[in-house]
Amino acid sequence: MIKVYTSSVLEAPADAVWAQVRDFNGLPKWTPFVAESRIEGGLAADKIGCVRNFRLKDGGTIREQLLTLSDYDYQCSYSILESPMGVSNYVATLKLTPVTDGNRTFAEWWAEFDCAPERERELAQNIGQGVFQAAFDSLKNLLRK
Amino acid sequence: MIRVTRSAVIDAPIGRVWEVLRDFNSHSAWHPAVGESQIENGEPADQVGCVRNFFLKDGNHIREQLLALSDRDHVSTYCILDATLPMQRYVATVQLKHVTDGDRTFWHWQSTFEVPRGREKEFEELVGKGVYEGGFEGLRTFLRRGGIVSPRVSNSEGMQGQAVIATSFGGPEVLRFESVAVKAPGPNEVRVRQSAVGVNYIDVYIRKGLYRMIEPPAAIGMEAAGVVLDVGEGVAHLLPGDRVAYACPSPGAYASLRTLPADQVVVLPDDVSDETAAAVMLKGMTAEYLLHRTHRLRPGQNILVHAAAGGVGLLLCQWAKALGAKVIGTVSSEDKARLARANGCDFPIVTGNYRFASEVKNLTNGRGAEVIYDGLGREAAAENLEALATTGHWVCYGQASGAHDASPDLGSKSGTLSRPVLFHYTADRAQLNEIAGNVFAALRNKTIRVMVNHRYALGAAAQAHLDLEARRTMGSVILLP
Repeated sequence: MIKVYTSSVLEAPADAVWAQVRDFNGLPKWTPFVAESRIEGGLAADKIGCVRNFRLKDGGTIREQLLTLSDYDYQCSYSILESPMGVSNYVATLKLTPVTDGNRTFAEWWAEFDCAPERERELAQNIGQGVFQAAFDSLKNLLRK
Repeated sequence: MIRVTRSAVIDAPIGRVWEVLRDFNSHSAWHPAVGESQIENGEPADQVGCVRNFFLKDGNHIREQLLALSDRDHVSTYCILDATLPMQRYVATVQLKHVTDGDRTFWHWQSTFEVPRGREKEFEELVGKGVYEGGFEGLRTFLRRGGIVSPRVSNSEGMQGQAVIATSFGGPEVLRFESVAVKAPGPNEVRVRQSAVGVNYIDVYIRKGLYRMIEPPAAIGMEAAGVVLDVGEGVAHLLPGDRVAYACPSPGAYASLRTLPADQVVVLPDDVSDETAAAVMLKGMTAEYLLHRTHRLRPGQNILVHAAAGGVGLLLCQWAKALGAKVIGTVSSEDKARLARANGCDFPIVTGNYRFASEVKNLTNGRGAEVIYDGLGREAAAENLEALATTGHWVCYGQASGAHDASPDLGSKSGTLSRPVLFHYTADRAQLNEIAGNVFAALRNKTIRVMVNHRYALGAAAQAHLDLEARRTMGSVILLP
């Protein structure tokens, strides 16, 4: 099991950041790599257990299930059901914490998963930088507008 | 029950912040509201259960006990045992988290407690503002001034160091190894204990007085690596203990200790050694901006690199090759042609008399080179113009054979001439960080390689210059203070 941890500071209050990221069906709105997304079975995007089915801009399709959503803690966890990434037992958590000094947001995003040992480095890099940090960067741009 | 939460981002790696905060008795050193403090019974300040007994500067007296300490989670929890303030059941937790984006620290400070009815607002303010927010600012200032990580260094005093001084313009014999006073860093300055110093041909030009960049007696040298000793007011991106390197426009790097503008200095990643950094800052950053900024090199372009086996030349060949260019080079000997070829130069042309244009044309189906990286100057000007492709870009970044006499007839080729200087590209710190970061990344993924083949003691700088000028060196030369 390996763990990837990425964190950043976003120049907006946690409420404003949470409003962007809490929609489990909203990846196309704020990440640079998701082309389209839908929730399977017509469920609400904040119903625990719902599955988002989204297509990446590079063509791959991923299915992820919502495990936790806390408006109180600004926190969301989900697992991967299917993906082309070659990972198993993948559970990720996105969490926001207010930074009272400057009214900003400390954003953390981490994942734990299993994969072939020789792919650990590559996947850790791809997920930590290519997915989590890239999404934070795109969020920074959105919040600046 | 009152709950007070405050949080902040500290512009320092988590290890540095935690080193201070894990010490339960350090608050008297960094917190502006805390006066005398001691741990009772002589216990260590990281022993769970120990009690700190301290006075606030307003005269109040408090005893607090350490309840939990975790170096793994960067958490410290403590409670008030007794105090001259009417606070009950006060339990506080300090937690640090790593901000991976920018290698900073998120500091979360939270407590719950009770106070007499009607005084809630007063105490929420006292704890939140006076203690927690005051503490954030206090720690920032403390770290900036050097903190406890290097207690031996006074941040207000001059120190003795050694430097290599050019006593006049001339041969290597004008270099003297002398004791010098190194002043404490002023505003926006940093003092660095240097561990490796890069030697470049520009140092010889400066020593000879060909480039009038010093007025003797003065120290020479453009680049070095080392560790930050202390920083002056207004410096936020460096802290004592940081491994750093620089290439800067004012000579003076041949020294064991140096105080210089902090804006020129970048933090070194763990995987770049001091020796490599000292050898690569000037030449590596030069190659970076020449290939990515002065001209944005594209795959398939034909480029001509002069002195392809020289310091910058080798890096240009390696990097340009990795970018997919077709690399033609000029060198002065067969040995150097072999070296250039081994470093990505597809077609090394051996020439001792600046004749290369017809060969370049042969190698490019008559078109000529779309980009020429030229450090040669006057003697090769006519051949360069001849070797340049129509609408080509002639990048003249040095002039080893002397300054150009007159503007070349660029109209004959619709050519563009650039006369770039590294320090214009690195004057802005954000851009400097980007350029240096790209060099470190290129080292990491082996796009470029640096061979540190010659090491001299700092005091033997004159010998290093003798060997460099006699062409007895190959690859990088460094001095070790």
